[in-house]
Amino acid sequence: MAVSTANATAPRGDFLAGAAKAAPFIIMLIPFGAVFGVVARNSGLDLTQTMAFSGAVIAGASQFTAVQLLVDDAPVAVIVATALAVNLRMMMYSIAMVPHLGPAPLWQRALIAYLNVDQTYALSVAEYETRPEMPIRNRVAYFVGTAAPIVPCWILSTLAGATLGRALPESMPVDFVLPLMFLGMASPMMKTRAHVAAALVASGAAILFTGFPAGTGLLAAAILGMIAGAVVDDADPNRRPT
Amino acid sequence: MIENDAKVWLVLALLAVGTYLIRLSFLGLVGNRRLPDWLARTLRFTPVAVLPALVAPLILWPEATGGTFDPVRGAAAATTVGVGLVTRNTVLAIVCGGVVLFGGLWLIPQ
Repeated sequence: MAVSTANATAPRGDFLAGAAKAAPFIIMLIPFGAVFGVVARNSGLDLTQTMAFSGAVIAGASQFTAVQLLVDDAPVAVIVATALAVNLRMMMYSIAMVPHLGPAPLWQRALIAYLNVDQTYALSVAEYETRPEMPIRNRVAYFVGTAAPIVPCWILSTLAGATLGRALPESMPVDFVLPLMFLGMASPMMKTRAHVAAALVASGAAILFTGFPAGTGLLAAAILGMIAGAVVDDADPNRRPT
Repeated sequence: MIENDAKVWLVLALLAVGTYLIRLSFLGLVGNRRLPDWLARTLRFTPVAVLPALVAPLILWPEATGGTFDPVRGAAAATTVGVGLVTRNTVLAIVCGGVVLFGGLWLIPQ
């Protein structure tokens, strides 16, 4: 067995390791970002607005939600509340990062927060859990490494979709790429009965609530689903500790 | 079509700031203090509730068909969910659903 030399490694090595771990995910991000660019432009946003969404929000699901609700002409408060609800999971990411990255200087944590998306979070925490001896500088370097391919790729693929997307044939079913993306992201998350209950209640409620004013049906349905998940979780004798 | 520029910029600014504050929240400000247990447990189900709720009406009443159910889109959605549940592989699930979608629309032009 090799003696662990992790304490002596330079942060640069961890940066590169993080980047290598994250690189395959761009295969999925490119179509997702490009579709956002296409959808946003076709919905009436100009190029600057489209790029500002991907550059400043960096959260695909909420960006699509916001654009869809802008098309529906929902009130600003409803649009923002619904899109932020889609991003509430990131509060969990922020909590989960505290034990690993809490000791970093504030400016670094502020930067990490900007880059804390589904993929960078999941990959970094997985690494920190397998290498608890990692020094804080190396943890930060690893995190920034995972963001290095992910975030620029998200922004550039949006740009590609926004500028070239109008060349797509009219018959392309781009409308349905988003549902497939979300279903593909959600279905592997069905780890317990509680997760299944949350998904079933939320989608059933969303169907029942389609007559609600734009956006509010989704918000109400999501809250009902989350409560259903928590309730089933409480009743499940096999539940895993939070 | 979206025509109100000022509204777009307002939504953009609020969403960007709000999303950043959500990401910064605990890591930036709260340190090691814990959320109430019930809230932490409920928040865990956010993505599995929000994503399906967002998609379900789009499957039953796709915009592209003017709101009538489309068997091809339905089959593509079912394929994605099925492959995702069995393989736990997001990319594979999306690719399989996409093959059904494009293949189906090619076989049954609308």
